[in-house]
Formats: sequence, structure tokens, C-alpha cells
Amino acid sequence: MPLAMTGIGQEVIIKAINWGPKMKKRLQDMGLTPGVKISVISNDTNGAFILNVRGSRLVLGGVVTQQILVDAV
Amino acid sequence: MSKSITIALAGNPNSGKTTLFNALTGAKHSVGNWPGVTVEKKEGKFIHNSNEIIAVDLPGTYSLSPYSLEEMIARNYIVNESPEVVINIVDASNIERNLYLSMQLIELGKPVVIALNMMDIAERRGHKIDHNKLSQALGVPVVPIVATQKKGLKELLDAAVDIVRGKIKYNPNRVDYGKEIEDKIQKTKAMIKDKSNIAKYDLRWLAIKVIEEDEAVLDLLNMKDKFSAENEVAVTNEDAFENDFEAIIADRRYSYITSILSKVVKKPDSKVLTTSDKIDRVITNRWLGLPIFAALMYLVFWFTFNIGNIFLDMIDGWFGALGESAGTALEGIGVAGWLNSLIVDGIIGGVGGVLVFLPNIVFLFIAMSLLEDSGYMARVAFIMDRAMRKIGLSGKAFIPMLMGFGCTVPAIMGTRTLEDEKDRLATMLVAPFMSCGARLPIYVLFAGVFFPGKEGIVVWSLYIIGIIVAVIAALIFKKTIFKGEATPFVMELPPYRIPTLKVTGSLVWEKAKGYLLRAGTIIFAASIVIWFILNFNFSGMSEMPDSIGAGLGKVISPIFKPLGFGSWEAALSLITGLLAKEVVVSSMAVIYGLGEAASEAAMEGDVTGFVEALNAVGFTSLSAYAFMVFSLLYTPCIAVIGTFKKESNSWKWTGFSVAYQFVVAWVISMLVFQVGTLIGF
Repeated sequence: MPLAMTGIGQEVIIKAINWGPKMKKRLQDMGLTPGVKISVISNDTNGAFILNVRGSRLVLGGVVTQQILVDAV
Repeated sequence: MSKSITIALAGNPNSGKTTLFNALTGAKHSVGNWPGVTVEKKEGKFIHNSNEIIAVDLPGTYSLSPYSLEEMIARNYIVNESPEVVINIVDASNIERNLYLSMQLIELGKPVVIALNMMDIAERRGHKIDHNKLSQALGVPVVPIVATQKKGLKELLDAAVDIVRGKIKYNPNRVDYGKEIEDKIQKTKAMIKDKSNIAKYDLRWLAIKVIEEDEAVLDLLNMKDKFSAENEVAVTNEDAFENDFEAIIADRRYSYITSILSKVVKKPDSKVLTTSDKIDRVITNRWLGLPIFAALMYLVFWFTFNIGNIFLDMIDGWFGALGESAGTALEGIGVAGWLNSLIVDGIIGGVGGVLVFLPNIVFLFIAMSLLEDSGYMARVAFIMDRAMRKIGLSGKAFIPMLMGFGCTVPAIMGTRTLEDEKDRLATMLVAPFMSCGARLPIYVLFAGVFFPGKEGIVVWSLYIIGIIVAVIAALIFKKTIFKGEATPFVMELPPYRIPTLKVTGSLVWEKAKGYLLRAGTIIFAASIVIWFILNFNFSGMSEMPDSIGAGLGKVISPIFKPLGFGSWEAALSLITGLLAKEVVVSSMAVIYGLGEAASEAAMEGDVTGFVEALNAVGFTSLSAYAFMVFSLLYTPCIAVIGTFKKESNSWKWTGFSVAYQFVVAWVISMLVFQVGTLIGF
């Protein structure tokens, strides 16, 4: 499912990022590599997400979260 | 003394590079609690154990595969300028993600020393990091430091110097990318090793970059066009992976880091929410986020006025008294009348007219820096993302706009953090609508005179109008000339922290110093020029209404008639305000002899003299508001225009920005006045 559909407090595993190579690379550099476990700190429906990625807090805009596929833990 | 040593400071955004740079060099560059405060590299010199050291503070980067201008600057410096040693600042409280850049820095082949910063914060969170073990595992020196308290700096510099002087053997361990990738690296190395222009690069690094399809490296190797053909040799096993190589490389680097960290770090369960997270659940709440932001901004302006004005009255009194006694003293020693007038009305009046607002500026910056340093400003980008996305920009574009509340020049430079060129230009075009500190004196003056008791809300409304106009303008730009999808919004959120007196104090002091410097230079010079053009015409000294300045004002003033302030005085002030927005106020001060008015005012305890003068040229509270709106929105000062040219690298866009901002200001100010008149204000 897309990351955009997850809720506060949920833990998920990154499966794939459907974005052009540049953006994908950037997200990977920031720690969103396939298989990594992340959790949702805050989400604003249709808006940005705050995620716990490898101990850092990452904000992803709504456009991005729809293009990241995750699996429930 | 031996040859100087160049040290580059590299690290993730918001890892404390600038704090370390300031601590090392004694410089006072602004630091902030959000990623991307430093967008340009800065240099500073100092002596350590009789070694001359040149430190270069680079913009923060997450990686060495550059996506934005600031990351490009950092990488190009390290790759091309060959500093003797790279100090890599690693945020100990966020070590996993920070070490990712370290892996890449080490791969570059330049000696790296890791400064493990913010050890205090990490410890408070219960993270126990064994830096000796970390150093062993990585094969590079690791020195724990607390840059804010200047702890560990000596040891850090010792390690850096020892490496350069060859006293420590530098022998880093390498990331093992796994058999498939390592094979590819070997093949690629063989393929590129005979290229002529690669002597200064590390061969393994180049090979990895080729596999990552890094455009700059492919360019350097002349492989861009024939990349697909040649790379096919290297890329034979692609089908063996479900993912692409870049993903695998990133994944291997992270796996390498996690395996090291599992041995050197002990930390509590990461599922526990930190205090920061709990605060964020409230502050970034869907319904509460925007109201909290609006309320905080209102508090900022309430604070600026109610506290600032206490001091304003004091300083105003001093300048009044100074003007009066200087006038009497000059008369006493027989100074010519014109010179007396130049000094009292021109210089003391003009410069003093601006200086009296210093307390308001200081309090505005105290309030803003508390919001910045606490980490709240970074949340605003998050809160604004939904609104910004509707206009086709990302929440990140709101950060340079917020910087515009301080000064438009850094705001325009701050747009470098935006990856997309079109987004960047659109943000640069709208950032000047965010009301900068220099416009504040105009509001304080007019709001104080025409809206006594309601200054806070009046000025707050101006700031809100600025935001709304910026948002609408951005929307129009994004729907017309800069058409395109909203760029994805990706940003790291710094943890909240309690603002320190030191950071807030030095930030406010820098701003106050800047303001005083402007008062002593550009405003001083402008005051003299204004005095001259107001007291002379081409046939010599004249009465003010016959002066060059009045003539100039009269030519322009008809433009402002529909806006409610068609007097030559208002027109001339606005034109001179292009030098610096504060000059609008000093012009008014010279025109209306605020030097004298202020002294009267000091005695009476208010500014009635000025009110009468403004009333006399037809200012009403409505036209005063229209005047403030115009001052808010019209063409910014020459410093901004210059920065815009430099950053956009285009005279066409610079000219456009100057012209359209004037038009927007005129139209909106006209609407305020005309609609206001219609509904009977």
C-alpha cells in the first residue's frame, strides 16, 4: 500500500519508491532504502508526514508519500 | 611556521557545522535550528599549536550525489579544491543517518576526521556511544565534541593536524558492497583507469559514482553519451537484482553502518516517542497547526510593540534632547544657519528618526530567533505544506519566505535549498512580499500615529497581507510562467530544543549591529542627500516647497493620488526608500523636522507634532494604512535587487521583479484606499 494510507503510530517496511531516479536517490540517501522499518509520528490527511527513519525525523510531502509503497509490519 | 592547513567542515544539514566553525574561528555566522541555514561556503583563519589553519564551512549535505546548489557547492569544494583534511561533523544523537555521508566522504579518499557532535544531547536521550570502538571499526579518528560548549575542540584539531603531518596513520576501512557490486567496481575501475583527467580522484570512488550514474562524474569521464553502450559491459548482472544498483549501494552503506553501530552504540528502544514527537503531535495537528502559527505570529508582534515601544519613547526623547542641545550649541559657536540645519534636521533628524526604532527591531529579532532556535520554524514548513502544495510549491519554499521576515537578502539566498529551478525563481519573486525588518519602522511610525493602542493588530495585519499576497503571486506564477508539478517535499525535522541565551543573544546582537551599521552608513548618507535636495534648488538655497526634492516628489506624486497619499512628501519618501526601506522614515523625519518635533514630543510625551504634520498633507488613518500596504509590497531596496540579479543571473528577471512588485503594490494599495473610502472608513 502507499505510505500515504498509513496512520499515526503505525510501523511499516519500505518496499519500493516510484519516483524518478533523482528523487529516489535522495530518499535512499536519507535512509529510505528498501526493507528499512519506519514509523509514522504524525500525518495530516492529504498533507505532509513526519516519519521516524533510522532515528531521524523526516518530513515527506503528500505528493511523495503516495509514491512510496510499504508493507505493514 | 609550517605551511597552512586547509580543513573543510562537512556534515549533514543542522549537524552544527556553523557552530563548530564559529567556535574555531571566533566568527559569528548565524546558526539556526533548521536544515539549510548555511548555503554558501565560508572561510576563516586561526592558529592552533603554531599551525595556521584555514577552516572552510561548507553547506550541509546528506550525500555526495548532489541535487541542490548547496550540495553541489560542498561536493565540488571537497572534490576539486582538495583540502588537506575533512572534518566530518556527525550529530551523535542522529548517528545512523549522519554516518551515511561519512561513508561517502571516506570513499572520496581525502583524510577524514569525525567530530562526534552533540554528545550531550545523545547522552541525555540515553544513547551510549563508544567512540574508541567506532574509530576502530571505521578506521578513522573519532573525537567526541560539544561544539556549543567548545568541548573537545583541541583534541579534534590535534587529530586533524596529526593526520596532515603524518603522525597518525590514516587507514580507513571500506564499505563492502557485496560480491556483485564489488565485481562491477573492479570492472569499471579497469575500464576508466586510463582516462587522462582523473589523477586527483580516487579511482574506487569514481567507479562507484559511475555505477550510481552520477551525472557530474559521467561528464568528467566523457561517458555521458556513450554511457549506455559502455556501461553495458559493466552492467551485465542487472537482472540478478530486483532493485537498481543505486538502491543496493545505498542499502549496503546503511547495512554497513547498522552493523558497526550495533557494536558501538547502546540506546533505548526507538519506538518510544521522544518529547519532540509528543510536542509535534499537537503543533502539527491538522486543525491546530495553522491557528497556533497565526497566534504565535501575533504574539511576536505584540511583544515587538508593547515591549519595544517602552524603549522607543526613551530613545526618542534622547534624540529630541540631542537635537535641541546640538542646535543651541552650534548656534552658540556661530555655525552658519545652513550647516546647523544640516546637522540638526538632516543628520540628527534623519539618522535619529531611524535609530529610535532599534528597540522594536531588537524585540522582533528576539522573538523570531526564539522561534527559530527552538525548532518551531522548521515545523511551519510542515504545517504550510498543504497550503503551499495547492499553489504548486512545497512547504520547504515557505522557509526562505519566513527568513524574509528578517531581511529579504538572506531569504533570496535561502531559496538555494529548493531543488527545482522554476520553484526557486517563483519563490525568489514572491519572497520580498514578506515584510522585512527594515519596513518595521514605517509601520511603527504610522501605526503609532494613526492607530494608537491598536499597533499590534495593525502591524500583524500587514504581515498577514504580505503572506497572502506572496501566496497568491506564487499561485499565479506557478499556473502561468512556471508551470509544473509541485516538487516533492522532503525535509529533515530538527528536534526541539530550549533556546540558549548565547545563540539568541548573538543572533540579535548581529542584527542590531547590522541595523546600527546601516544607520551609520547608508541612512546617514541618504539623510544628508535628502537634506540637500530638500533645501536647495538649482539657483541655490531655497524653501522646502521650491526645492529639488519637492520638485521630484511633485513629478511622481500624481501616481499615488488614487492611493490616497498624493503629496510630494509621501512620493519622495517612497522613492528614497529604494535605497533602504528605513530611509522612508528618515526622509519623513527630515521633511517634517522630526528633530524638532521629537523634542516637543518628548516634552509632551507623544508625537502630536508629527501627527499634525502628516494630517496637514492629507494623511488620514485610511490613507496611512494604504501607505503602509504600499511600503510593504513595493519594489525592495537596492541590496535585494542586487542579490536577485546575482542569484537569478538574469537581468530580465531582475527587471521583471522590480516592475511587477511596484505594480502589485500600487494595485493593492489602491484597492485598500478606494474600497475603504467606499465603505466609509
